[in-house]
Amino acid sequence: MLTLEKRAQPSKAWVYVAPILAVIITMIVGGVVFAMLGKPPLEAIRTIFYDPLFGDFASYSRPQLLIKAGPLILIAIGLSFGFRAGIWNIGAEGQYIMGALAAAATGLAFYPMEARWLIFPLMVLAGLAGGMVWAAIPAFLRIRFKTNEILVSLMLVYVAEAIQASMALNLLRNPDGHGFPGSRNLSQYPSSANLELIANSGVHWGVMAALTAVIFAYFILARHRFGFDVRLAGQSPRAAGFAGVDAGRLVFICMLISGALAGAAGMFEVSGPAGRVSIDFNVGYGFTAIIVAFLGRLHPVGILIAGLLMALTYIGGELAQLSLGLPGAAIQLFQGMLLFFLLAVDVMTSYRIRFGKTE
Amino acid sequence: MKRRTLLASGAGAATLAMMGLPARAQDKTKVGFVFVGPIGDGGWTFEHNNGRLAVEAAFGDAVETVYAENVPEGPDAERVLTQMVLGGADLIFTTSFGYMESTMNVAAKFPDVKFEHATGYLRADNVSTYSARFYEGRAVQGHIAGNLTKSNKVGYIGSFPIPEVIRGINSAFIHARKVNPDVEFKIVWAFTWFDPAKEADAAKVLIEQGCDVILQHTDSTAPQAAAQAAGNVYTFGQASDMGEYAPMPRVSSIIDNWAPYYVERTQAVIDGTWTSVDTWDGIGRGMVGIGEISDAVPADVKASAEALRDSIASGAYHPFTGPLNKQDGSAWLADGETADDGTLAGLNFFVEGIDGDIPS
Repeated sequence: MLTLEKRAQPSKAWVYVAPILAVIITMIVGGVVFAMLGKPPLEAIRTIFYDPLFGDFASYSRPQLLIKAGPLILIAIGLSFGFRAGIWNIGAEGQYIMGALAAAATGLAFYPMEARWLIFPLMVLAGLAGGMVWAAIPAFLRIRFKTNEILVSLMLVYVAEAIQASMALNLLRNPDGHGFPGSRNLSQYPSSANLELIANSGVHWGVMAALTAVIFAYFILARHRFGFDVRLAGQSPRAAGFAGVDAGRLVFICMLISGALAGAAGMFEVSGPAGRVSIDFNVGYGFTAIIVAFLGRLHPVGILIAGLLMALTYIGGELAQLSLGLPGAAIQLFQGMLLFFLLAVDVMTSYRIRFGKTE
Repeated sequence: MKRRTLLASGAGAATLAMMGLPARAQDKTKVGFVFVGPIGDGGWTFEHNNGRLAVEAAFGDAVETVYAENVPEGPDAERVLTQMVLGGADLIFTTSFGYMESTMNVAAKFPDVKFEHATGYLRADNVSTYSARFYEGRAVQGHIAGNLTKSNKVGYIGSFPIPEVIRGINSAFIHARKVNPDVEFKIVWAFTWFDPAKEADAAKVLIEQGCDVILQHTDSTAPQAAAQAAGNVYTFGQASDMGEYAPMPRVSSIIDNWAPYYVERTQAVIDGTWTSVDTWDGIGRGMVGIGEISDAVPADVKASAEALRDSIASGAYHPFTGPLNKQDGSAWLADGETADDGTLAGLNFFVEGIDGDIPS
């Protein structure tokens, strides 16, 4: 008979093995699902994981990986601070929207002025601020009234979506758009465009920001007092209290960091790849980033890798749809399995399996 | 956007040459489809996919089709389109209004590939647009709805406040009022093309407000299911027949029939005769079909609805015929005057008598 026994210390090895094992199990079970759908499993797995990197048209899809991974990584890094400290910001999608709206509104307020040196940085600040304000609401309510930040931040996503629809139809609507909803194209306005920095690389300012965030997060968590507080609060809130960590302040800072980075991601997306505010500009980066954060073990480098992996499943999944006729839902199932198996395998980090009877 | 400017440059062209483009010397013609919903939505995307299957059936081994479903409107669509082209597609149908910009961007990069964008207004040498005169079907719907309602409240689930949807609301309302001067429309905006949960909620809200006929411009069958659960509420199939809900609540439907158009355009690519066109066909050419009017509708109403359908099909009657005023009471069409296509294409106002504002 199998029993689970709690480890005295979480296993160091399993921390690293778990995500890799989860990916492998996902590939195997995913392959079985694909086979049951009558698709060649090995070819499907190869199309998803190999073709975007080394296939015939990899020179197109590799830059696309960065474009897709950039916002995921940026948001996930922000979330990881709170998640480590036991502060659950589930509403990054809403903060992403509000950042994008604030940035777009700032940029469009200056239209058609030619002053990139002024407008683009202002838009970045507006993006940071927009996300921060939206994250400050659940933070404040938690500190002041002990509300549940999971619920409040999640519900604020729907509020943000409603504001977004209103903006696309009303205040930010393109006056030259034939009456159709949606703002002017910010990526075609030189002062606001978030352009590719190196031709055909996919690297835009958002990708640079994501990489910078990874490096900063690494040093803050490893070297800075704040990183220590975050980890301590997550592992033992009582001990953190004795160590002089102000719990309310920590909630506020962690929420603001995640909100700011999500808002920045929205800013880089709306001024670059997406180009405009539309009624449904958001495509779920804020939610997918939660998977990325956990898949990456809440570790900055892990998140970097997890973000790229997630982007790979998106782009590879599209290729599999096109070349193998795999249904779109099968790809979503595949992505969902990734988190599911990670959480399942994760049990091994804190527990070990014992064969035989329990005493 | 940035990739377009890049690829327009010499470096971009060189990259594409290295990728093996445009060396597309294959015998099979490859036709791609980009869908906004899942092919099993039972409505809009379902019918576009039927068109795709019709292309496969018509050409057999001479044509290969590929598709991507649930593609978000935005940068994701642009990437999917590019991947389709790189995969060798010769002709691509983009089947939602929101793909307009992506279609134009990708088409500019690949002048040898033909694109067909549904319901849009931007065209290029290699981009055609096509749409159906759904408002013709809406006229028949409004006629039946106005006759059927006992509460004189007709619910309407709008998707996005764009001209296509506003045309439908106006057309249905005009013809409901013609047969029932007391009828009112209650409009809910769902801001989605496909979201069964939201659509069901919208239907329930409308039913609770006393609506006993529900019209929808969203793609799922969720409103039909909500109406069935409520009982004594009439609905109409949207984009597809939704015949599994007949005879009640579904009493008729507007069926989009893209198959003949898709086959015709694929043939044109094979023949090398494809040119950029703007197609807007209705009941007359068979692009819009009126589904079987069920026995839940009284025989005289069914007969008059079919007469209306036939007069639209023959061109004898235009659903937007004056006298018609705008919502604010100002004159739009004089007695006997019909709306021109340009005005209809950009229609952004309600006609007189409709309560509520277009979100703007």
